[in-house]
Amino acid sequence: MTLDWSVFCKDTLTGEAAPRCFSFLFGMDPNADPTYLDWLFTAWGWTLSVAGLSLVLALLMGVMIGTLRTLPPTNLLNKVFAFLGTVWVELFRNIPLLVQVFLWYHVVPAFFPVMKSFPSYLLVSIALGLFTSARIAEQVRAGIQSLPSGQRNAAIALGMTTTQSYRYVILPMGLRIIIPPLTSECMNLVKNSSVAFAVSVPELTLFAMQAQEETSRGIEIYLAVTGLYVISAFSVNRIMAWIEKKSRVPGFIAPSASGSH
Amino acid sequence: MKKTLLMPLAISIIGLFSIPAAFAQQNTLDKMRSSGAVTMGVRESSGALSYTLGDGKYAGFHVEICNNVLRDIQKQLNLKTLDIKYSPVTSQNRIPLLQNGTVDIECGSTTNNATRQKDVAFAVTTYVEEIRIAVKANSGITSLNQLNGKKVATTTGTTSVQLLRKHERATGVNFEEVFGKDHADSFLLLESGRADAFVMDGSILAGNIANAKNPADFRIVGEVIAVEPIAIMMRKDDSTFKKAVDDSIIKMMKDGTLTKLWDKWFMQPIPPKNARVGLALSDSTKQAWSGPNDRPAEDYQKK
Repeated sequence: MTLDWSVFCKDTLTGEAAPRCFSFLFGMDPNADPTYLDWLFTAWGWTLSVAGLSLVLALLMGVMIGTLRTLPPTNLLNKVFAFLGTVWVELFRNIPLLVQVFLWYHVVPAFFPVMKSFPSYLLVSIALGLFTSARIAEQVRAGIQSLPSGQRNAAIALGMTTTQSYRYVILPMGLRIIIPPLTSECMNLVKNSSVAFAVSVPELTLFAMQAQEETSRGIEIYLAVTGLYVISAFSVNRIMAWIEKKSRVPGFIAPSASGSH
Repeated sequence: MKKTLLMPLAISIIGLFSIPAAFAQQNTLDKMRSSGAVTMGVRESSGALSYTLGDGKYAGFHVEICNNVLRDIQKQLNLKTLDIKYSPVTSQNRIPLLQNGTVDIECGSTTNNATRQKDVAFAVTTYVEEIRIAVKANSGITSLNQLNGKKVATTTGTTSVQLLRKHERATGVNFEEVFGKDHADSFLLLESGRADAFVMDGSILAGNIANAKNPADFRIVGEVIAVEPIAIMMRKDDSTFKKAVDDSIIKMMKDGTLTKLWDKWFMQPIPPKNARVGLALSDSTKQAWSGPNDRPAEDYQKK
């Protein structure tokens, strides 16, 4: 079994060696037709875009829903919010991810015709984002509930409203605690974005399936795609480790030697 | 024939590493003579060409041709009994399994192309696949050139995707490709209006339309975008076996057996659901039968 990496320098139309192996960035003269390497990087761009877009949505919704679930049951409105948060989490974490992707792609637009014009990467980002938001919400709840009750009580004793106590006391501490599980979640998101191939987003997995068929060099193609997934997920890991280190409050949590999780 | 999935690939990668390239170079006819058995590689689901009925039973156009061929060879070798075993194969493992002797003859839906001819031999072409366009009957589309700016569905991991790109480049017609994860998914894209056309092998289009809620809503239209010879596959450098298989197939081409078999598998209701594929014998296939040959797909594209 010999590996033949020259497959990436081949033209995607004729299958012959292209004049330039890589013609994607920095104002280089592009090839008349892209090579498999060009296509690989475009596909990587789609993977990162879908993952990034869903991450934004997942963090926003996750933090919000997670917070709602921890509201003190002092009045009816808080109880309703906490209940809605529970419904949200149970809804989005009890349906398999691929099924959710198909629901957003095939079923929801059937009820809301305006969504038929949404591009598929947007629909799949919504699906991925909401799925992940349920998981992040649980981590946020865990982070908040792990705080000593004195923190919340002290904030109230200082005369802060519920909103202020969350804004200035509870969330800043709670979110710091959950950075390690949040790191895993963000890395998962990069890998889960591979389901987007099922609804026609030309990302890495779709590239792998298609290019290995066209070139008959499946091993090289899959190795390259695997490498890019590893690089993407590990970069997320390093960024989160850096954030964890920079945002650490001295003496609050025992400093870990590695800064990773 | 062209559809591939992740899991089988992973398995076949392991297979590729463990199988030495030169292996099992025994003459297939000698092997049949000494063991009184032969193993036919078949597909689980390759349309009416080769598919399973469940319970380890396999049927289809190519499976029946192979059975006839093997019975012919049995007579030729004067064997009292010949035990024909079936072994299901996939797009990914069919060539390694043939090379290492697990199967002796593959009767599925393998495209005969130049790359594969380096590793295996093909019998004379028995079926020519035409790549066609399926559209909604009321869309008014009759040709690929009318698809400018429209959405065209095709299935990830098939040669049709590359074919569309080439066509786009050659004619300047610009369409937006949408990719189904399998043929049923691609057809759903057409059915739900997410795509205006579905470009794929004619037999697959016919099969999907036949199984649709309302088959009259869909039509296969326009020019044949490309043709691909599909053939029965054997080990390379086994000329006596190839000659025996070819002779038997050519005999069936001449005496009209193949025409009857075509009618049986593509025009009449077939088990297990008694559904009809409804694919008329194409000119390309007729041509292949009147001038038997084992030319690869590349030769067809030059025309």
